[in-house]
Amino acid sequence: MVRTASQGDREQMAKKFLTVLSVILIFTAASAGAGEAGPFVTLMTHDSFAVGRATLKAFEEQTGLELKTIKTGDAGAALSQAILSKNNPLADVFFGVDNTFLSRALKSGIFAAYSSPGLAGIPAELRLDRHNRLLPVDFGDVCLNYDKGWFKEKGLPPPADLDDLLKPRYKDLTVVQNPATSSPGLAFLLTTVGRYGEKGYLGYWKKLRQNGVYVSTGWSDAYYGQFSRAKGGTRPIVVSYASSPPAEVFFAKEPPQEAPTAAVLAPGSAFRQIEFAGLLRGTKKEKEAKKLLDFILSPVFQKDIPLNMWVFPAREDTPLPEVFVKHTRVTDEPVRLDPEKIGASREKWIEGWTEAVLR
Amino acid sequence: MRPRVRFLLIVPVLVFLGVFYFYPLASIFGLSFWGEEGGGAGNLIKLVQTGYYARVLWFTFWQALLSTLLTLLLALPGAYVFANFNFRGKALIQSLTAIPFVLPTMVTAAAFQALLGRGGLLNGLLMGLFGLQSPPIQMEQTVWFFLLAHVFYNYTVALRIVGGFWANLPRDLTSAARLLGASPLGAFGRVTLPLLAPPILAASLLVFVFCFTSFGVILILGGPTLATVEVEIYRQAVQLFDLPLAAALSLVQILFTFGLMALYTRYEGKTAVSLMPEVLGDIRRKAKAGLEKTLIWSNFILMALLLGAPLGALVLGSFLTEEGLSLAYYQGLAQNRAQSILYVAPLKALFNSLAIASIATLIALVLGFLAAAFLAGPRGRGAGLLDPLFMLPLSTSAVTLGFGFIIALDRPPLNLRSAWILPALAHALVAFPFVIRSLLPAWRSIPASLREAAACLGASRFLIWRTVDWPILSRALAVGAVFSFVISLGEFGATVFVARPQSPTLPLAIYRFLTRPGAMNYGQALAMSCLLMAVTALGFLVLDRMGRVREGS
Repeated sequence: MVRTASQGDREQMAKKFLTVLSVILIFTAASAGAGEAGPFVTLMTHDSFAVGRATLKAFEEQTGLELKTIKTGDAGAALSQAILSKNNPLADVFFGVDNTFLSRALKSGIFAAYSSPGLAGIPAELRLDRHNRLLPVDFGDVCLNYDKGWFKEKGLPPPADLDDLLKPRYKDLTVVQNPATSSPGLAFLLTTVGRYGEKGYLGYWKKLRQNGVYVSTGWSDAYYGQFSRAKGGTRPIVVSYASSPPAEVFFAKEPPQEAPTAAVLAPGSAFRQIEFAGLLRGTKKEKEAKKLLDFILSPVFQKDIPLNMWVFPAREDTPLPEVFVKHTRVTDEPVRLDPEKIGASREKWIEGWTEAVLR
Repeated sequence: MRPRVRFLLIVPVLVFLGVFYFYPLASIFGLSFWGEEGGGAGNLIKLVQTGYYARVLWFTFWQALLSTLLTLLLALPGAYVFANFNFRGKALIQSLTAIPFVLPTMVTAAAFQALLGRGGLLNGLLMGLFGLQSPPIQMEQTVWFFLLAHVFYNYTVALRIVGGFWANLPRDLTSAARLLGASPLGAFGRVTLPLLAPPILAASLLVFVFCFTSFGVILILGGPTLATVEVEIYRQAVQLFDLPLAAALSLVQILFTFGLMALYTRYEGKTAVSLMPEVLGDIRRKAKAGLEKTLIWSNFILMALLLGAPLGALVLGSFLTEEGLSLAYYQGLAQNRAQSILYVAPLKALFNSLAIASIATLIALVLGFLAAAFLAGPRGRGAGLLDPLFMLPLSTSAVTLGFGFIIALDRPPLNLRSAWILPALAHALVAFPFVIRSLLPAWRSIPASLREAAACLGASRFLIWRTVDWPILSRALAVGAVFSFVISLGEFGATVFVARPQSPTLPLAIYRFLTRPGAMNYGQALAMSCLLMAVTALGFLVLDRMGRVREGS
């Protein structure tokens, strides 16, 4: 076989490729190695955690600590990994346990008690752990959202309550998420358990099934796939958050006067998801970890929560951004369920739901 | 190759697999079955008590089989066209076919929904055209919806692995058969097809394993009533924290794939044929009029419908705002509305993605090359066992491996749990089976006589390698590089549950946009997907050029 010119060509290309590769490698190694120095504290959390630049700077100035974050998947996956690494914690503070995972988190024993002074500003109803191993940081109400434009165009009144969904005129209009795979899906299932009781919730779901409810896997494919505001979607009622209407305004190309969607916040039709943070037992940086927890509960951080994580701050005295004040509110009477009870029965409830709705 | 040298080749591969695959896996299994978090094996009885898990395994198996058959059926004509003909824009089209591989599941689902959903483009068109009252296509949450998506994802695997090999096939055998009176179809069935068996099998295996461990596609497009073993593992491990059950299911998944691989390896050995490779560039030609042109064109139409339409829908979506066409979503990528540190500058995410993908590709190529060099040698007990073993990372549940990393890699010198290199290592683990599968058929096809002839003529070992082996292998290596690169860029499989520091990649940034309401979030997710697509296509063009002899030069 004769060596042709084109082979030489190819080798040259290969050499070029390798050069580019090594340059990238060196840069990566350099950027990964930089900035190791200085005291720091590590926060382990899920993918939805966010904080503003100015807030982060305030933390670093106040405490002289750099904040490092480690993220790993959704809230359930992050908590599982924290539990798995309990003998040698990955971080000093964990953020992102919600009340549906609270009992599992406490039972695992990975959190150490810390009565932060910041707790003083937080209403008692959010403080679900009496021993302060998990401190409430924020909350969000999972509820029905509807497409205002769709209902206006059809001349139908929008749903005002969970019971409305069973009416014939709302047939085939609703999309919910599978509680076995989705966090808002589970929260909505818990809403019905709290509202209709353990004996009655399956009856509600059977009727909802007859009225053509659509079950999607997660929030994204419901909201961006089936919801009538999505491309290709046809259903104007979706399970989402009370903060979704202001988010629709904030993340519009040109912010409209009025939100294109609205939340159904009648008494007994929303579930309050409360998110907690805690000090990881076994950390070698307890002092620094406490500083971080104090900061998370302080007004500076709390004020920053709504526009970054799209939930409500736990501190009562926190001023809300205008877009929240104008386009949503906090429900007066969310459904309440004891976290202990949720921990003990969630699997049973999900199985019952699966049997009633999917099989 | 001398046995000792051959043994040395495989040592680095075994060490890598041992440290980054078997050790984490053994740790998580140990903890699940015997550790304090495991809580014993009391729940394991569920596995056999109800018929549920048997049904899940059965469903996982047949959907993977059906997906593989469909993919082959649709991609083989493409492989023929790409291996035999030259036409304008060929390199570009070929690189475009691999783009689906990098798209996050949610983005693909959105594209399919926009096209084929109840309120989708096609239904709208048909309803308008024929004056229908209800949408005629109701595929949502059916088996067909995700089968289509599996073909969308895997088309390129079959196209490249089979097409790459086909292009090297000597044509004189077919010509001889024709001369001896065989019909074109007869020559194809009795000469070409048997020769193509190794790459077809290799591609089928990859597609099958890919679909066997499918997670997001089935969850989202198949709907909540369908569950694969992978979905059940996620549910048990993350939602219910039932580690023993999750570990047992992972084990079932691994053993099943291992058995399948062992069967394949035995069969593959029988199909390999040594061939005198064709001098490249002479084979592929311009299509003649008539039948060949029709074939090429119908293939283009198929590709346009299958791959082009969903991708086109994404591109269109990234420009289409409520007020008409605009660049708003792309401009939005450069703004940080909430001044959040989580805001990811697209260039930063792009850099992270490319850096990780480059490292992963490099590792996967080195490991895959060494492993293939070992496996291509004389068949012994070692190869029969190792080959199936090398495929296992591809078939291992992402959750299980991610959890294994957390508990196994937690102490120096392996304190890598939150190291920046961990995602790259995880990607390399999943990518290197692809490199092996692309290399091996080519490597085994190199006739010993060619090397012997060169040696007789006085060529040194190195010269033989340079002039005989390398020209044949380089094309296969380029195919392997393409796959490694896209697997890493697309954050495929085992990497979702790996903890990572603050260095989001493009797919993670897209995912972040898609978990928030608001037109700008959705639009920017699409815009970023298009960025990812563009980078991928560009990367392939470069890689393809390296693996391809430039005609006429």
